[in-house]
Amino acid sequence: MALPELKQTATEARLATLSLPEGGCLEAARAAALSRVQTLGLPDRRDEYWKYTRPDTLVTADTPSAEVFTSGETMIFGDFDRLKVVFVDGVFDAEASDDLSLEGIEIDRLAELSAKDIHWAKDLYGVLEARGQTPVARPLASLNTAFASDGVVIHVTGKPSKPINLIYKHGTATSDVMLHHVIRVESGAEATILENGPAASRFNKVTEIDIADGGTLHHVRAQGRDHERRAATHMFTRLGTESVFKSFTLTVNGVLTRNEQVIELTGDDAVAHVAGACVGDGDFHHDDTVFITHDAVNCESRQVFKKVLRNGATGVFQGKILVKEGAQKTDGYQISQSLLLDDDSQFLAKPELEIYADDVACSHGSTSGAIDEDALFYLRSRGVPHADATDLLTLSFLAEAVEEIEDEAIAEELVTRLESWLARRR
Amino acid sequence: MLEIKNLHVKLEDEDKQILKGVDLKVEAGKVHAIMGPNGSGKSTLSYVLSGRDGYEVTEGSASLGGEELLELEPEERAALGLFLAFQYPIEIPGVGNMTFLRTAVNAQRKARGEEELSAGEFLKVIREKAKTLKIDADMLKRPVNVGFSGGEKKRNEILQMAMLEPKMCILDETDSGLDVDAMKLVSEGVNALRDEGRGFLVITHYQRLLDHIKPDVVHIMANGRIVKTGGPELALEVENNGYADILAEFA
Repeated sequence: MALPELKQTATEARLATLSLPEGGCLEAARAAALSRVQTLGLPDRRDEYWKYTRPDTLVTADTPSAEVFTSGETMIFGDFDRLKVVFVDGVFDAEASDDLSLEGIEIDRLAELSAKDIHWAKDLYGVLEARGQTPVARPLASLNTAFASDGVVIHVTGKPSKPINLIYKHGTATSDVMLHHVIRVESGAEATILENGPAASRFNKVTEIDIADGGTLHHVRAQGRDHERRAATHMFTRLGTESVFKSFTLTVNGVLTRNEQVIELTGDDAVAHVAGACVGDGDFHHDDTVFITHDAVNCESRQVFKKVLRNGATGVFQGKILVKEGAQKTDGYQISQSLLLDDDSQFLAKPELEIYADDVACSHGSTSGAIDEDALFYLRSRGVPHADATDLLTLSFLAEAVEEIEDEAIAEELVTRLESWLARRR
Repeated sequence: MLEIKNLHVKLEDEDKQILKGVDLKVEAGKVHAIMGPNGSGKSTLSYVLSGRDGYEVTEGSASLGGEELLELEPEERAALGLFLAFQYPIEIPGVGNMTFLRTAVNAQRKARGEEELSAGEFLKVIREKAKTLKIDADMLKRPVNVGFSGGEKKRNEILQMAMLEPKMCILDETDSGLDVDAMKLVSEGVNALRDEGRGFLVITHYQRLLDHIKPDVVHIMANGRIVKTGGPELALEVENNGYADILAEFA
């Protein structure tokens, strides 16, 4: 079926600015992804899946410019014992990165995949992304699979002693960056991936994660203060039997951020938790789009998303739980909430359940509210000034999401960032 | 200490007069009790004094230590030394009890131009005070009032009072929801704070709290006014005969 003319034109215009990375073992995967983009067309505002978020600036041929943001603050996770993998404007920076060897984990550059002949990664590249195109198309992810020339492939074979910290530095005001990571967690292995940094003026990132039976992956991401950034990220995660995936994202600022989580529970007794906290002020648009498919017995999924919005900021949540036939004993939970600090801000939520099994427990809820006046009075009656009391209650609101992070030190680090963000906005 | 003159208060959103001319003076070092039937305006009085939204003062005044209260923000009143122990303490998920208390103590110190307490100093003081109220380390760490029993919530109110060291304490039906043991514990906490420089206004339905916290003066409030004032024996009279006799005198 031919694409609508406008979409066809926009897609062609975007593709004309890009060239496929040369040769290598991913050639076929890239060609297939390009053909998906051509078939699906890039998203535009008439797409139902982009009803609440305008994709225009994520798609345009020209890169919207974004000033490189600098602050006196140290970067988040700076004090942690971690293995740093640094990218500047989407290009791996060996000098700024740590030695990539660590017991229990193998880390390689995507660009070196062919040279090193890393079979598992070659066989996985683009596969989970392609699976994630049905029932809802995610063409920006296919675009990434076709054109991303850098990223990391991470093979978790044991239990590495420290987290892997992917750091994305922003170097120039018009950088248009695509990064593609592939992660495979072997049976019984466990690792933590941290991500942070402004990345680029426009950032398109795909992470494909395959967790084998009994494997565990923790993921914590901080999307930082560089306000003008535009980002579309996708995480495609497939879980085997008794495997665990826990992901948390903190977002502060950003004119446009769309984070998609596409999760497939394919083995029995698997657990997937995704959570997010975001704080936005003014010209801020933040979209969490989650699609969780239960395709095995006795799996648990949990979505907890909290957004604090002020001065006309917009928050979006589209979360779906699909329970396939036979996925009995599914336990699916979803909550999305916004704290609207004024009348100009808005929260748009579309929670969805689609269930084809008869013995499941699924619940979803979505709320929007203002600061609780009784709680505010309680704090003020104890001498806490209005602004401080509002901050405390804002942190209180976000706490339920932050508590999803298992590692207390990491949770504390994020709360500290939230506190200073709030303090700056008095 | 606390001086209320001819206080008239109506609801902000409704044309409903709640207080119709309250006169009351609580001296430093004294415990005054206010008793009265439901709907007499007791809780409204405590809220208006502490600065809760939703009420409109149409006439009269209230001052603490000579400072006019009614134009001040709630936090300014607190810094002046006013404290309200809530009838229904509010739960605040995600904010640790200790963090909350330290924020409050230091906010008040700052407002008064005093030096803030360091984490170490604060910890030392709170541990000691918590111990006498049988509040364990876990309760201090947990989010404010979340999952606390009725008794724990009230003990937590008294702990806040002990930490903030207010000049004027208003206890709004602190006995509600308490069993005998908890009431005793809470009362001991309050009694420990009785001091020459501190006044108390104890609002209650029942005389039993006043067995533990012995008042100097008892007021009976009805229909938005204080209708009778006397000594502790007045509370006993209410206990034995109900409010009907007293109110009949003013019918």
